[in-house]
Amino acid sequence: MELFLHQVLAGLATGGIYACMALAIVMIYQAIDHLNFAQGEMAMFSTFIAWQLIEWGFPYWAAFFLTLAISFAGGYMIERVIMRPLHNAPILSHVAMFIALFAILNSAAGFIWDYQVKNFPTPFGTKSILGEGLLSAHDAGMIGATVVMLLFLFLFFRYTRIGLSMRAAAANPESARLVGIRVGWMLALGWGMAASIGAVAGMLIAPVVFLEPNMMSSILLYGFAGAVVGGLTSPAGAVVGGLMVGVIENLAGTFIPVIGRELKLTIALALIVLVLTVKPSGLFGRTVVHRV
Amino acid sequence: MSTMLLQAKNICAYYGPTQVLHGLDLAIAEGGITTLLGANGAGKTTILRSVCGMVRTTGEIRFRGHEIADKATEDIVRLGIAHVPEGRGTFVRLTVEENLQLGAITRGNKVEIATDVERVFGYFPRLRERYRQQAGTLSGGEQQMLAIGRAMMLRPKLLLLDEPSFGLAPLIVQEVFSILKQMNQREKVSIFLVEQNAALALDLADQAYLLETGRVVMAGAARELREDENIRRAYLGY
Repeated sequence: MELFLHQVLAGLATGGIYACMALAIVMIYQAIDHLNFAQGEMAMFSTFIAWQLIEWGFPYWAAFFLTLAISFAGGYMIERVIMRPLHNAPILSHVAMFIALFAILNSAAGFIWDYQVKNFPTPFGTKSILGEGLLSAHDAGMIGATVVMLLFLFLFFRYTRIGLSMRAAAANPESARLVGIRVGWMLALGWGMAASIGAVAGMLIAPVVFLEPNMMSSILLYGFAGAVVGGLTSPAGAVVGGLMVGVIENLAGTFIPVIGRELKLTIALALIVLVLTVKPSGLFGRTVVHRV
Repeated sequence: MSTMLLQAKNICAYYGPTQVLHGLDLAIAEGGITTLLGANGAGKTTILRSVCGMVRTTGEIRFRGHEIADKATEDIVRLGIAHVPEGRGTFVRLTVEENLQLGAITRGNKVEIATDVERVFGYFPRLRERYRQQAGTLSGGEQQMLAIGRAMMLRPKLLLLDEPSFGLAPLIVQEVFSILKQMNQREKVSIFLVEQNAALALDLADQAYLLETGRVVMAGAARELREDENIRRAYLGY
């Protein structure tokens, strides 16, 4: 029983990472109606920027918020300069562009900051707060920060006019224009916000997995799994989904002998397949009903 | 002759290389209901899309003193033209409430917006019952009402309607059309109505245009067109 509880706690700790990433993924999905495969690399790049700022002597929180601003501007620019010409292109062109962005950001980070693994500081400290080395202050802080972000996003999308405009612009650009919404701005704003949220995710994840250009490769997969399990249309679902993926992965690794440590990543993919077959809208996602 | 709210001169419209409208003149009187008749593919929908800047258009379109032919859709809308497009353009994933709020998204005064929501409910009481429901779950007639309600939330000077009778039961169509008449009179909104159902449209409208393959072939008072021998045979079917 104690082993079980310990593994659940440890699972929540890693789940926090996935939840963070899943939230960033769902956010961009809400804003642009596509899954951005470069989301992880954008987060990684932002984290490098934060690391650079700290290296230059900025205090942690100054670097943190400066990185948010820089990432927002970066996301905004990516939409304006790179995605905008693809406006009327089919979805495959978008996917190709996401993959290109992925490769470009990944190699650019390697080129600028090289592939050596770097330490990234945590603002929460590393002391264990629960059990022996199971849930550290940083893990708890990460989950807490994710929940705060989630709350902020929920309030923003539900209760502000600009949030409503963004949802309308993503769901039905033509109708959005017909009520006077400047759809182009909304998309760019969505990219900016997604980049900022990705930056938060990156900066929270980096102290755990260490900073290097490929830090996000497996986390992105887990993030996708979390987002799909929770439902791509539900930010809260993404967070719960991310935590669940962490716990399930950990429990399966411990209690199902065949899986062990090696097959853990397979679990994420198996979860994606399972959820998509059984309940494609995810556990918390809204099924869209059409009637004519 | 009353003053003209919208005046279009020599408009041509293109989908890619294909020209759909061929030098068309059109005027919509302030305060009236103007209808545009024509067979499938005559270019009726395209005219509405031209006015709203949703299709490549050349020529002159003046609305209340503004040249709008080269403006972006969202700027044209902000001048006071509300468009209920073909297929209604409902935000199906959002609630009825959010759809109505979106109609007024360019306006600032929250108190006025709240009064206007009540006003829309006055015309379409059924929307009040469905207020928190996802818009995609509404019946076809209710969605059409929601689309018109959403358009009215802009407090438009001109309301463009693309086939509001499409796919609706005859009884619902009657209801919707009589409400449109009331709105025209009480809300001082001019209406430009595109309709396949010529008999219905000519009953409602005071001015009418007849379109054939991208050209205006007849224009005048709705009453006169209704009595015209050719129109009666080709479009009214008796």
